[in-house]
Formats: sequence, structure tokens, C-alpha cells
Amino acid sequence: MGADIESNNEIIEKSIEDAKKKAEKDKNLIKVNKNYSLSKTSGQLIERDKNHSDNFLDEQGLGSTINDINTKEEDNEFQSLPYNISNEIAIKVENLTMEFNLNQEKVDNLKEYVIKRIKHEIKPKTHFLALNNLSFTVHKGERVGIIGFNGAGKSTLLKILAGVMKPTKGNVESHGRIAPLLELGAGFDYNYTGEENIFLNGAILGYQKDFLQSKYDEIVDFSELGEFIQVPIKNYSSGMLSKLGFSVATIVEPDILILDEVLSVGDVKFKKKSGDKLKSMMGSGVTVFLVSHSVDQIRQLCKRVLWLDHGNLVMDGDVDEVCDAYIETAKEASAEELHNIELY
Amino acid sequence: MFDKRFISNFTKYKFLLVELVKRDIKGKYKDSVLGLLWSFLNPLLTMVVLTFIFSYVFKMSIDNFPVYFLTGFLIFNLFNAATNGAMESIKGNAGIIKKIYLPKYMFALGTTCSELVNFLISLVVLVLVMLVTNAPFHPTIIFTIIPVFLLVIMAIGVGLILATLTTFFTDIRYLYGVFTMTLMYASAIFYPVEVLPQQYQFLFELNPVYLAIAGARDAILGGIFPNIKYMIVLGIVAFVLLFIGMYIFYKYQDKFILYL
Repeated sequence: MGADIESNNEIIEKSIEDAKKKAEKDKNLIKVNKNYSLSKTSGQLIERDKNHSDNFLDEQGLGSTINDINTKEEDNEFQSLPYNISNEIAIKVENLTMEFNLNQEKVDNLKEYVIKRIKHEIKPKTHFLALNNLSFTVHKGERVGIIGFNGAGKSTLLKILAGVMKPTKGNVESHGRIAPLLELGAGFDYNYTGEENIFLNGAILGYQKDFLQSKYDEIVDFSELGEFIQVPIKNYSSGMLSKLGFSVATIVEPDILILDEVLSVGDVKFKKKSGDKLKSMMGSGVTVFLVSHSVDQIRQLCKRVLWLDHGNLVMDGDVDEVCDAYIETAKEASAEELHNIELY
Repeated sequence: MFDKRFISNFTKYKFLLVELVKRDIKGKYKDSVLGLLWSFLNPLLTMVVLTFIFSYVFKMSIDNFPVYFLTGFLIFNLFNAATNGAMESIKGNAGIIKKIYLPKYMFALGTTCSELVNFLISLVVLVLVMLVTNAPFHPTIIFTIIPVFLLVIMAIGVGLILATLTTFFTDIRYLYGVFTMTLMYASAIFYPVEVLPQQYQFLFELNPVYLAIAGARDAILGGIFPNIKYMIVLGIVAFVLLFIGMYIFYKYQDKFILYL
């Protein structure tokens, strides 16, 4: 078995390399034949690469890529979402800077600290700028995508918008109730039943008891857990856990929705359902921030895109314009930066 | 510093506090067969063993040693468990704190509250032992609330200080372990203060936990109002520590996430 898999892997690796070579050729073609529109060609390119990587994953038994809320059939559904931008400001970010200390020797014990302090060995801290002086304003009803390679600062920005982190410098001003869907099932207690966890997790998300009680049936119903809701969740499958987490997290009607690719969970059927649910949450008037590694998804959901690179705001503008430029740059990006990123 | 946000946050997250307390209490004896019964059994068994040792082996003459001991033991345990729990509360809930915004002091406050509930449950043992040993029930017993309340205030303050410090320096945990052990021996839990010569007995008065224990013993065993001087000193220490705790917790809480 092991040998089989290894030889399979070799074959796959070869085929991927082949694909890359072909892609190189195609890229040259673009230069020759300028009649192709850029985005179209790159779309085709990526389509090919994507097929390869999908096969690769399937053969390893890992299943296909996880983060499509919308399967191909419903491609255009999101575009039909109403888009009402008002003049009111939802989030205003001014000169936002986030700096992390990158101490190579992290001093977290007292002895070391005291000794080093005495010996004057505490080195000047190396700073890492996760976000560098970002400023932007988002109006109510806008759906804003955030793109960038790995390590660009996307998640840090979302965490700051959600209030989990405080920025080193700068200001975030937000109006309205924020629902951050950064993590599903935060604080689940594995000895608790599903029912108890609905209340615990709900409380952690800041919901009130009455609210949870009134929405309880709806949550259970949506989670499709049925009588399992009375079973300690340590016996749940991971799919069941994420269904429960999703059902609790999305029970609110927020003004500002912050999404970090937790979008789709569970089996195919639930994926569709959770996608629909998010869509209904995104209905008119809700401001949405979406981080996604799928440019396609961003194109479908957003009209405006912020492109981050190494903490800097590279571009802020119309979705197609930014995405096209992004894809162009992506061709020169390193494999590490592109890990997990889908450019189609 | 403690603006309106503090109040509105508290109202908003009151339900979270309840849920956290529930979780702590349910989680405390999880997987044990007797569960919450251990809150009774633990002090009861300790009391039996220590009563045997100190009444028969060391032949100490304390009137009604079981009640004398239990009062001290339960109150010391309340302080010890509450502060230790609060100390671990930020690191222990790192997973949540890193992902969701919520007022972080809730975790420290939550453990203190759940230890208070635990203390109240184990008071049943004290009442039972008082019945069994034919101890008189003085009406002043109700004033036990005063030292216990002040002790809880102090525990919240100390807990907030420890939670902040441990987030940055894990070592505090071990240092505090030694400290609480010293504190236990210095709190006259299983010996009378008379073991020290008269001129050194004031040393006990420097220990606020002892002040609370002495106050409770006045109310339960002595049938008098808790020593006023002790209560005033304890109250001042408790509120000063609470304000110091709140101050440093508020000052550093935004940095926690960078160290978790």
C-alpha cells in the first residue's frame, strides 16, 4: 500500500510539473498573442492547475478543496444579491498599524528576565509590521473582499476589526453590531451536551439568555443534529461539531459580518444550506468583510476589494480591477506565499 | 479608567459569567463517580485526619477542634482555590481569547465566583460537624458573611494581579504555589495562635487571610461580632488589592493576546 501511494505521488508530482511547464508555455503565448484578454487566459491557466491539484487531493483521500460556499451550479446566485450602499459609515479605519515583537528568544520566565535584565542582554526587539498604516472607510451595505498572499496581514486585519486584537497605532471606528465568524464553536466544552454548548458558546459570542432560548429550536433545527443534541459533544463527529458551531454563530442578525473562510462546513447538503444562510445574512444593508483565498468567490460576492501585501494596502478598488492585478502579480509570487490560494 | 463601558459590558456579559461558573463547577469533578459530592467529602475527610493528628497525636487543646479547623480550612481553601483558578484563567481560555472578543476579566471573575459557590456547598459540612459535635449555634453566625465577603473581594484583586502576571511570566505559578503553602502555615488553621509567644502574635495580624479566619471564628465559635479592627484592616487591604488588580489588568489586557 505504502509503495503504491508513493509511486502515485510521484506520478502526480510529475503531472503537476508537466502542467506547470504547459502553463509556462501558455504564459509565453500570452505575450505573443495579445488578442487574449489577460484575465481570461489566466482563468484558463488556473483552471488547469486547479484540476491537477484537485486530483492530487482526491488521490490522497483528502477530499476536494474545502472552501467553496457556492458550488458551480449556483455561481451566479450571489451576484443577484441586493446591493444597497448607504452614505452612513459602517467602519472607518485610520492609520491602522499592528506591530508584533519577534523576540527570537522569547523571555517568558522570570529568572531569564531578571538575569538578562541585570546583564543588559535584553536585545532590542525586532519588530514585525503585520499591518502598516492602513486607512479606509467602508459604508453600510458594502461587501468588501480582502485578498493577499499568505502572511499579508488579512487575518490580523479581521481580528482587529472584530475587536479581538487592539492595534498598536491607529483607530478603528465601527457602527453597528458586529458578528465575527472567525471561529466556529469557540469554547465548546467537550463534556457538555449539544444543548448546553449552545448556551455556553452563545454566551461567549455575547448573546443573551432570552435570545438563545427563543432561538434554541431554530438552532437545533438548522444544525440537523436531532436527538444528538442531548449527547455530550465529545461523541460528535467533526462535521457535527462544525454544524453546531455554524448554527449558533449565524443565529444573529448583524450589521457588520466578518468572515474568514469558515464559510462552509459539513457535508455537501449542509454546505449548500450554510451558503444559503450566509447569503440571507448578507441580505440588504449588511456590511460584509470577507477574507478568502478563492479569488473567484471574492469576485462573486464583493464589489470592492482591498489587496494587502506584507501589511501594506496595495490596492483598494473595484473587484475586477484589483483581482486582475492580483492574479498578474501572483504569477511571480513564491510557492510558499501561494500555498492554499486559488486564483481562479 | 472604569468608564461606562465597564458597566454596559458587565450587563451584556452577565449571562456569560453564569455560564462560565456553571462550566467550572461541572468541570471540576468531571469523570469522577461522586462528582460534586467531593465538595463535601474533601473537607470532611481532611478534617477527620487532622482532628486525629492534632487532638490525639499532638494533644493540642483547642475547644471543638473539628469546627475550629474546618472554619480555617474552608476559608483558606476559598482564597487559595479562587486565586489559583483566576491565575490560570487567562492562559486556560487562550483558545477563546484569541478568537472572540469578550471582556477577559470575566474568566478571572468566573473562577472566583465558582469557588465561592463551591465554598458555600462545603459549608454544609461545617453545619453537619457542628451538629454532630454539639456546638452551640450562636446568632452571630450570620456575621460570617462579612469576613467572607471581604476575602472574596481580596481574592478577586489578587486573582486579577496573578492572571496578568502569569500571562507574561509562567513562573509566577510555581512561585505562588510556595507562597500559598507558607500562607497556609501562617494562617493558624490547625493550631491556636497561642503557639507563638505573646509578643510575636501580632505577626498573624499581618496576614489578611488570618484576619478573615479569625473574624469567622469569632462569629461561629465565639458568638461575638467579628473583631472590628481586623475587619477594617481586611477591608482596606481587600479593596486596595482589588483596585491594584483592576488597574494592572486593564492596563495590560490588550497585550495578553500577544503572549498567549
